[in-house]
Amino acid sequence: MALDQIVDGLSEVSCDVLVIGGGTAGPMAALKAKLKNPKANVVLLEKANVKRSGAISMGMDGLNNAVIPGYATPEQYTKEITIANDGIVDQKAVYKYAQNCYKIIEELDSFGIRFLKNENGDYAVKKVHHIGTYVLPMPNGETVKKALYRQLRRARILISNRYMATRLLKSADGRIAGAVSVNTRTAEMLVIKAKAVILCMGAAGRLGLPTSGYMFGTYENAANSGDGYAMAYHAGAALANLECFQINPLIKDYNGPACAYVAGPFGAYTANNEGSRFIECDYWSGQMMLEFYNELLSGKGPVFLQLKHLHPDTISEIESTLHKVERPTRGLFQQGRGVDYRSESIEMHISEIGFCSGHSASGVFVDDNARTTVPGLYAAGDMASVPHNYMLGAFTNGSVAGIDAMDFADSHDFAEFDAADVAMERERVMAPTRREDGIPPNQIEYKTRRLVNDYLQPPKVTRKYELGMRRLAEAREDMQDRMIARNAHELLRALEVQSIMDCADMAAHASLYREESRWGLYHWRTDFPEKDNENWFCHTLLSKRDGKMTSEKRAVEPYVVPISDDEKDLYDKQRIRASA
Amino acid sequence: MPLASYQTSVPVVVDDAKCIADKGCTVCVDVCPLDVLRISDMTKKAYMAYDECWYCMPCEADCPTGAVTVNIPYLLR
Repeated sequence: MALDQIVDGLSEVSCDVLVIGGGTAGPMAALKAKLKNPKANVVLLEKANVKRSGAISMGMDGLNNAVIPGYATPEQYTKEITIANDGIVDQKAVYKYAQNCYKIIEELDSFGIRFLKNENGDYAVKKVHHIGTYVLPMPNGETVKKALYRQLRRARILISNRYMATRLLKSADGRIAGAVSVNTRTAEMLVIKAKAVILCMGAAGRLGLPTSGYMFGTYENAANSGDGYAMAYHAGAALANLECFQINPLIKDYNGPACAYVAGPFGAYTANNEGSRFIECDYWSGQMMLEFYNELLSGKGPVFLQLKHLHPDTISEIESTLHKVERPTRGLFQQGRGVDYRSESIEMHISEIGFCSGHSASGVFVDDNARTTVPGLYAAGDMASVPHNYMLGAFTNGSVAGIDAMDFADSHDFAEFDAADVAMERERVMAPTRREDGIPPNQIEYKTRRLVNDYLQPPKVTRKYELGMRRLAEAREDMQDRMIARNAHELLRALEVQSIMDCADMAAHASLYREESRWGLYHWRTDFPEKDNENWFCHTLLSKRDGKMTSEKRAVEPYVVPISDDEKDLYDKQRIRASA
Repeated sequence: MPLASYQTSVPVVVDDAKCIADKGCTVCVDVCPLDVLRISDMTKKAYMAYDECWYCMPCEADCPTGAVTVNIPYLLR
């Protein structure tokens, strides 16, 4: 049978803990669950291939948020992230991460992943954030996925590649019961019964359209189409602060990081067309992005990452990292344009919008045990609501999720789902394959994402949002009634478009609900230009209730680490003031 | 509505002389995060079947014979 030919089929398997997504958080969650109870069955389901999936497909240059004794304390880190995220933080989860992440670094080290040390044998941590010092380079960062894969094989985790999860299953009393999935190369469906499910499905990175017009030239791994956000939503889980979009400063057109976290500690900096610095700090915050946006529009743009003032040897060292890990084609791209960092600066631009807690705060709501609001359902990594989490957060909270989920599985039996739910999901999934004639998924996706750019991208204007929601509703109708998939690969894309459409609706709904401006560019509402702490110093939770999208406020939990009045606005002071 | 296909120059190029897909190798097809590579029924060699590339490199890095080259997609070159 040729690849991609559609096969109509449905089978069922069961396991104790099902982990969906084999990128960063997922492998760690699966590993920890299995180590907690080696007799239990742990399945790791992956839409692509665990060997090379997710945001760290080609490795990572370093840790952006390492809390290492002697350099930073959990209290200091918790304070920094609270301030960077405009105060809207449940500190318990951030504090727990900060306390646990050093152990995870040591564990990664034991997997064979090396971290930069100085001549005394201490970790060589660098400063990029506004206040503290947390950036730790990884000299063999390109080997991360291989090292993780070895651990998964050793622990005998059952890996199912090329299965895309489409919906979660629940029992009548609301407990998680498993998931429905589809093979991306045959369209055969597989129901996986599970006592606990952990979602590690990455960011919603295919939401906005990159300015290059190339649909897959996204900042995030383009496989991250927001399926986890959509699945959590349809399962009735709450999603937190989705209006706090992810928007990043990237190499123009290439749309990957330049990367200030790598080059900054060597003395590189962000400058305008006059060669002047205009931001205090290159750490990616909404406040920093607002200044970046303002500079681009001010007539003082373009904005550049400046390296050419550095010693040639230093530049070579930076190049050896930038052109080897995370996005190794950066070198090829610059070469194609004749850009040599020794003589020319790197032109920067603003990315498309997305959801990603890893960099901002938009994620499926989780507590400090990685539990969502659905019993037995967990989330970790870029899609879970612990803010500014990055790769080490995915590993650390993936670990928390794996352990807690196995505890849950050990103390619960399988929950029973309704067979009618599976039949209904099968109809939804296969519908595009049953039509003879219609619109292909790539056209629906392009239109949806173009509408996201035209109407939902900040600055957020109420009237534009209302129009955008009408246009999106029209595109949704086409998607539901007319979309076709002529082979299994097209069906994969057709299912992803449905996640993208759900995320677009959630982005619009959440943004209109919060009637203030916060997080700099991420939630800049022109009709409510001021921060309104009196009414909006709270989380927003979006969820599906009786089939309808609803939003509500949720109080910020009392701080574990107090923030004084003179500290809380530190991230608002990003613009360098002109000297008199 | 009738469908038409339109032309696109794809970023991933496979050197047929070096590719050993005809001997059973499927490494590049296996590792691609976007699942855009296939083995041709006609030539029995790997090729880019879908222009949906993140120019991320696993196909090139993991190819055992150095047959795969990832270029930057034309639109963002």
